[in-house]
Amino acid sequence: MSFTVLISTAWKALQRNVSRSLLTMLGIIIGVGAVIASMAIGAGAQAAVLKQIESLGANLIVITPGSITSGGVSLGSGSRTTLTPDDVAAIAANVPEVSGVAPYSQTNTQVVAGSANWYTVIGGTTPDWPTVGNWTVAQGSFFTKQDVDRVSKVAVLGSTVAANLFPAGGAVGSTIVIKSVPFRVLGVLLSKGQTGFGRDQDDVIVVPITTHQERLTGQTWVNAIMISASAPETVAGVIDATERLLRLQHHLTPVEPDDFTIRNIANVQAVRTATVQTQALLLAAVAVVSLLVGGIGIMNIMLVSVTERTREIGLRMAVGGRGRDILLQFLIEALTMACAGGLIGVGMGIGISFLVSQLAHWPTVISGFSVFLGFVSAAMTGVVFGYYPARRAAALDPIDALRYE
Amino acid sequence: MEQSETRAAGAGAALAPEGESAPARGSLIEVKDLTKIYGEGESMVQALRGVSLSVSHGEFVAIMGPSGSGKSTFMHLLGCLDRPTSGSYVLAGQEVSGLTRDQLAAIRCRQIGFVFQSFNLLARTNALENVELPMLYAGVPQRTRDERARAILEQVGLGQRMDHRPNELSGGQQQRVAIARALANGAPLLMADEPTGNLDSASSVEIMTLFRHLNRDNGITIIVVTHATDVAAWTDRVVTFRDGLIIDDRPAREVTS
Repeated sequence: MSFTVLISTAWKALQRNVSRSLLTMLGIIIGVGAVIASMAIGAGAQAAVLKQIESLGANLIVITPGSITSGGVSLGSGSRTTLTPDDVAAIAANVPEVSGVAPYSQTNTQVVAGSANWYTVIGGTTPDWPTVGNWTVAQGSFFTKQDVDRVSKVAVLGSTVAANLFPAGGAVGSTIVIKSVPFRVLGVLLSKGQTGFGRDQDDVIVVPITTHQERLTGQTWVNAIMISASAPETVAGVIDATERLLRLQHHLTPVEPDDFTIRNIANVQAVRTATVQTQALLLAAVAVVSLLVGGIGIMNIMLVSVTERTREIGLRMAVGGRGRDILLQFLIEALTMACAGGLIGVGMGIGISFLVSQLAHWPTVISGFSVFLGFVSAAMTGVVFGYYPARRAAALDPIDALRYE
Repeated sequence: MEQSETRAAGAGAALAPEGESAPARGSLIEVKDLTKIYGEGESMVQALRGVSLSVSHGEFVAIMGPSGSGKSTFMHLLGCLDRPTSGSYVLAGQEVSGLTRDQLAAIRCRQIGFVFQSFNLLARTNALENVELPMLYAGVPQRTRDERARAILEQVGLGQRMDHRPNELSGGQQQRVAIARALANGAPLLMADEPTGNLDSASSVEIMTLFRHLNRDNGITIIVVTHATDVAAWTDRVVTFRDGLIIDDRPAREVTS
């Protein structure tokens, strides 16, 4: 029998009972959908992390103050006030293989420029910040060490802020007002776009750390210290040296724990990736179980079908169908059902991935490989679980089959 | 016209090889000492106890006998649906008693057409496709299948009902579709098991007339298993079974007159 005849015969058989066929396919549909969705979420997380590392630089090390515990309640990382500008200076002077170090403090506030206003993040830092954070100045210039020393009222805008405060352009040289303090705009940063997780990195204004402390917040400590190691290989050494230095700076005795936390951007992202990948793994487990259940469903319905169509099988044998013709017919039928389920599953997987990225804001990436894998696992399920019923059909005795009531 | 040519070719291929000492018209079926035993030990049933029979090309034979006489078993053996316990069965010059399942399937495909009491047409499948079914297993290409199935359906008088499904046809029409299907691969031998058992008398006459015509005009050898003497009356020769043996074998007119 030719392949086209086998396929059309199988298709006809499935059309006889559409709802039954669809219900049988359900396991496969869910399984394949889960395969594709889980791989899309996993790949999306990976891509987002890579993008983040790329935009921040893999050599970035971030120090945050340790947490304080108040009455048994931990206030979380960064709630202590142990990091100071002195620590920044000490690191710059003493830790080898550091290509840049910058403090960073931030506050959120309303900013006004003429008739426009915008709510954004105001970061306070030093001239090393563009190097450390992988930023480029698109227009104008970044502020200098002199600006920091003189507590200058100057600011550099992220591209989102510039676009909202100065929709017509001409930001550089203009004046903006932050907390009633006028600032002169020195430059605009080149856009970095969103992080892989959807935060707009360009929605920021940076000012000298001294101005930030004295004019805007009044705080003498810094929220974070960012260090850029000279190369990916020196990151570990820099972390080590920085930790020892800060313990000295903070006069910690050997029994006291660190009052700060040092993290490498790669570590931070690894944790994030791991979380997302755990979810993806869970979905993958659902996929495997679902395919298994789907396969058993197919086997079950094919056994029913073989029994229902015993006389048909007998007739096919009587008119010259050999065992392998019958085997092939039922195997192709199971395969067709599995593949149809696989196709619907692929559609569903793509749909789920889209919904996840829209509703949960998880980045998703649907790869051709995941679609291929999903479809092939459906087909494999069909063949594996369709074989036994097909085998039973092929082994029927033609006389018994013809007489079957 | 084209149809009879196709069938003639099929029948020609089935002829016994030259030089074999065959009866005048050439022997299509040569059965010697055929036995069939079901089960073993206490539950052993000896369905056939040593049957010998010779059927020539172009004969129209009725096989009769009460139920349990072994006529159905004999029919299954002749139809290559089953294998004998012992004895020899030569069909169209080929010894088939020792063939494998697949080899028997190939014989059924090319040499034998079946007509059943309950028609056994594929449901939800139109007449044309039902007739094409045996040709699928014979590996006949699509175009030839279609042409041949149309021609045969014309021949059995269903030219206007080719796209009707079995449930849209009367019993007599369904049986004619089944006969067309049995003829599809040009088999020289047609085996019918109670072909009129589910039909009213008018349809029965129709079907037996068709058999008569296929036998006389197309030279098809037909073996009908029946318990009805009025069906046997349409044939030329009546073979009667009892207790797994042939007890009678004579011209039909002597039995049914």
